[in-house]
Amino acid sequence: MSILVFIDQADGHIKKASFEAATYGAKLAAQLGTTAEALVLGTVSDDLSTLGQYGIKKVHTVSDASLNKMDAAVYADVIAQAAGQATVIVLSNNTTGKAVAPRLSVKLKAGLVSGAISLPDTSQGFVVRKSVFSGKAFANIAVKTDKKIIALNPNAFGTETGAGSAEVAAVQASIPASNVEVVAVNKVSGEVPLSEADIVVSGGRGLKGPENWGLVTELAQLLGAATACSRPVADIHWRPHHEHVGQTGLAIAPNLYIAIGISGAIQHLAGVNRSKTIVVINKDPEAPFFKAADYGIVGDAFEVVPKVIEAVKKIKAS
Amino acid sequence: MKILVCISKTPDTTAKIAFTDNNTKFATDGVQWIINPYDEWYALVRAIELKEADPSIALHLLNVGGADSEPIIRKALALGGDEAIRVNSEENDSFFVASQIANIAKEGGYDLVFTGKETIDYNGSSIGGMVAELLGNTYISHATKFDLQDGKALVTREIEGGEEQCQAAFPLVVSCQKGMAEQRIPNMKGIMGARTKPLKVVEPIAVDSMTSVVSFELPPAKAGVKLVSADQPEELVRLLREEAKVI
Repeated sequence: MSILVFIDQADGHIKKASFEAATYGAKLAAQLGTTAEALVLGTVSDDLSTLGQYGIKKVHTVSDASLNKMDAAVYADVIAQAAGQATVIVLSNNTTGKAVAPRLSVKLKAGLVSGAISLPDTSQGFVVRKSVFSGKAFANIAVKTDKKIIALNPNAFGTETGAGSAEVAAVQASIPASNVEVVAVNKVSGEVPLSEADIVVSGGRGLKGPENWGLVTELAQLLGAATACSRPVADIHWRPHHEHVGQTGLAIAPNLYIAIGISGAIQHLAGVNRSKTIVVINKDPEAPFFKAADYGIVGDAFEVVPKVIEAVKKIKAS
Repeated sequence: MKILVCISKTPDTTAKIAFTDNNTKFATDGVQWIINPYDEWYALVRAIELKEADPSIALHLLNVGGADSEPIIRKALALGGDEAIRVNSEENDSFFVASQIANIAKEGGYDLVFTGKETIDYNGSSIGGMVAELLGNTYISHATKFDLQDGKALVTREIEGGEEQCQAAFPLVVSCQKGMAEQRIPNMKGIMGARTKPLKVVEPIAVDSMTSVVSFELPPAKAGVKLVSADQPEELVRLLREEAKVI
């Protein structure tokens, strides 16, 4: 029995969320008295032995270029082949994990906890805490099957590194043909992807129009942050839909979320309430967002944000 | 062509989240129930648009739930769709629900199964993938656009770090999210028509669930906001660096 961590990669690089999954897998292995191994699909340019720093003992690779494209059916099939005797499979609950984990669950008859946020309680059975009600509550889920799959919410667990180097070895797997033909790929380049950003600067209707978004993007650039927006802003096409965070848009969990001119409707909070630190800048002291915030400034965004930008410049220069 | 749209009943997005029975059950007192927004706004409305473009398409709705799901099923029928099926079962884990859906999809010979990308209560994102695996069908998750072209599906989907456009043959399972369609409000004709559309109730097949909810918890309350004067943004920046340690 062992733990297998599925390592997601894009363009040859390990996804940040997968280092977290590796850390989780290693800690779970220590808890269960076993070892954590990893599986990487596709061609990767990163040095995979460095996964040892996260506690992974051995990395299995299936470095077939066809696997650089994610097809849930193909991935689930190959992971199932590589899983062998592994009793717990850990993935990140990112776009890839959400596509693959449910298929894998059915294939291996392994109960799935998606959106897990902590190590299991194994004192009585196998109970994993997960985020439910769009981050407004947690549920403790008992997994009743012998094999288990845990899809870990990104930025819920953190990473931990130490000394260590993982053995890397190719594993034999037969790769089924994909029924999905990719016609075009459009990757967001030069920007921090919203789902992975440590810091997110977000704007709402309080900014009055798309022409004022320079405030948001300048602050974001200074902080190395991604930009986001509230639903009304996306709906009236001030900003693209993929920037919409909230209940029906993207749910994010950055270390820092800065909301400018967003009142904080409950549907918006549902998409951002897993952020570690929330800063709200709003001229309405009654804005509900202040109740969910860690820090706040009551003031006009057009006066406050330029000053914040100056203050960040100063601190970055010092 | 036959399309099956799976709809789930969820608490309204503004519902107060609280638990009863020693934190083992969601407190339903005073809760308004809605069609899960991903199922309604994106999956169902896009399917209705496809049928509007090609009336020969059969569009059926499916809910796995108790009799108290019927109001949301009627609302969905008011938006569109020919008929609905309800698998008469209280909620269970995602594998149980997916097994019911797969069973109906198989018996009905559907070419396309639409689900929302997740429900806003359990946030499992699991049903579509499980149904696809149970049926042995292709699965495209997180679709933001869906069109029919030369007898195949042309789908844009979110992938890590961007999106890709792909093509796949039927049968197919697709999970839907923002971008697929725009929310619609049912009109009076739709509401009247929905009353007489067939709603078939079938009993569930026997399936062992793989997981169960032990208990729920609410997150600890926030300590309260620390307000900084609008004249002193450098104080905010200092707090973010020295106290919160996030910049």
